[in-house]
Amino acid sequence: MIKVEDVELTFNQGTPIENHVLRGLNLNIEDGEFVTIIGSNGAGKSSLLNVISGDLIADSGYILINDRDVTHFPAWKRAGMVARVFQDPMVGTCENLTIEENLALAYNRGKSFNFRAALNRKRRLLFKDKLTMLNLGLENRLSDMMGLLSGGQRQAVSLLMSTLQPSKILLLDEHTAALDPKTAQFVLELTNKIVSKNQLTTMMVTHSMKQALDYGTRTVMLHQGKVVFDVSGEERKKLTVTDLLNQFEKVRKEPITDDVLLLD
Amino acid sequence: MSFEFFLGSLEIGLIYALVSLGVFISFRLLDFPDLTADGSFPLGGAICGLCIYIGVNPWLATLYGTLGGCFAGMITGWLYVRLHILQLLASIIVMIGLYSINLRILGAAPYIMGETPNMAGSPNLPLLNLKTIFTPFLNEDFSNQYIVQPLIILLFVILFWLLLNMFLSTRKGLALRATGTNPRMASAQGIKTGGVTILGMAISNGLIALGGCLFVQTQGGADITIGVGTIVIGLASIIIGESVFPAKKLAFITLSVIVGSILYRLFIAIALGNEFLQMIGIGTEDLNLITAVLVVLALVLPKQIKKWIPKRGGKI
Repeated sequence: MIKVEDVELTFNQGTPIENHVLRGLNLNIEDGEFVTIIGSNGAGKSSLLNVISGDLIADSGYILINDRDVTHFPAWKRAGMVARVFQDPMVGTCENLTIEENLALAYNRGKSFNFRAALNRKRRLLFKDKLTMLNLGLENRLSDMMGLLSGGQRQAVSLLMSTLQPSKILLLDEHTAALDPKTAQFVLELTNKIVSKNQLTTMMVTHSMKQALDYGTRTVMLHQGKVVFDVSGEERKKLTVTDLLNQFEKVRKEPITDDVLLLD
Repeated sequence: MSFEFFLGSLEIGLIYALVSLGVFISFRLLDFPDLTADGSFPLGGAICGLCIYIGVNPWLATLYGTLGGCFAGMITGWLYVRLHILQLLASIIVMIGLYSINLRILGAAPYIMGETPNMAGSPNLPLLNLKTIFTPFLNEDFSNQYIVQPLIILLFVILFWLLLNMFLSTRKGLALRATGTNPRMASAQGIKTGGVTILGMAISNGLIALGGCLFVQTQGGADITIGVGTIVIGLASIIIGESVFPAKKLAFITLSVIVGSILYRLFIAIALGNEFLQMIGIGTEDLNLITAVLVVLALVLPKQIKKWIPKRGGKI
């Protein structure tokens, strides 16, 4: 489904602030896998997601989606294949567009934005129906501005938007990090529901070791722009947060003393 | 204020309503600080004037002028999107370039007509007694000019207001608004943000140039200086509209821009007709200063008013 081969990425190449974030990263994700990605700050987690979505273009190496080489496609060209939810609730939705307009944009994801009406009765009914599933009462606020919603509500709508067009890949970049614990839990449960219902191939970046093991079918640890630990199946089921932490200390070659990772 | 003076202000207000709608697209919808307006307004006027001078049908002349503005906007958009020149700088570059082009266009008309021996630039082009889009509707003695011209321009404004709102409710229009507010989200939805920006800039400057076309036809001549301050007038209209007629729905927001433009002209007319101001020696030469003060007031007042309105917000 997703193949990442020897991908290199350097920010600010040739300047004093040069930062080699991805160093020959290899990753092969099968259809239907739900991969959780962990790693310390600067390990390359978000960059990995960004080179897959096209927000960043890899310096070298290949990105294949469905056996198609998309390494040099800009983000808009991959939008039909990849749906994403961002860490910042403000990024995933347009605040001065109404809820229904945001949904209309997502409903058109990867298709031509032509001169046909963006909204009609049929679409409104569909959006209402979909919003009802969130249980947030948003189905009665279709024409409210997105900016009136809380961060959690916006993330929930972002998730819903990612399912409006049948793309097989969902990229989640710490999409609960900006939310309070209770709302984060709600959004995570919703994520699980949506992923299993739509049988999406998912990559979820998280800072929480517990989340990484509780959700998904496979866990990948990144360190200095490379995959250093990759676990799935039976072996993963037996894994505890402590095991993961030990593994983490081993690759870092130093004990974890700060709060780079959340243990809960 | 005499009735004719009032209608004259209304006429200019309506012409600048088109300009303000264009400025609204770039500044408000695309979040693109675009100063091309100061060049595309006289560009529209110059092209339209040239065409009328050499005998082209005035409706076609208006169309050509408008398309000229579209093209100028596309260049500004292209400089920003493809060559990554800062938005403000890209528009200033185009504006400065257009100054020379406008001089050339204004000078070309007499040359084409064989009235001047060589092709030189000119700062103005008289269009008196030439056939404009208004000519067929006017009496022989121009007595109904004050009524007919604002009416026809009003029809233009209504037409383009409707067209703009129709466009903004299409998928393309939605893509344009998303690009302006959140380009990252827009491209994640598959929107070609670069192309949409260039399109938006074309529409914006097309409307501004259309204003220029109508302006030279009502004023009886094209002049290189008509573009000075276009952008500030457009912004003033938007801000005045927003403060006196705050709206949530896009159709009403665009309507408020039109109302703002008319109000702005009436304010100016009242200010210039004010006896006290006349007494202390303020006249037409102070127009731009008055505008600047008006814009500052309109910028500051809404913020003061906003402080009194509590913020709304939901929570799960």
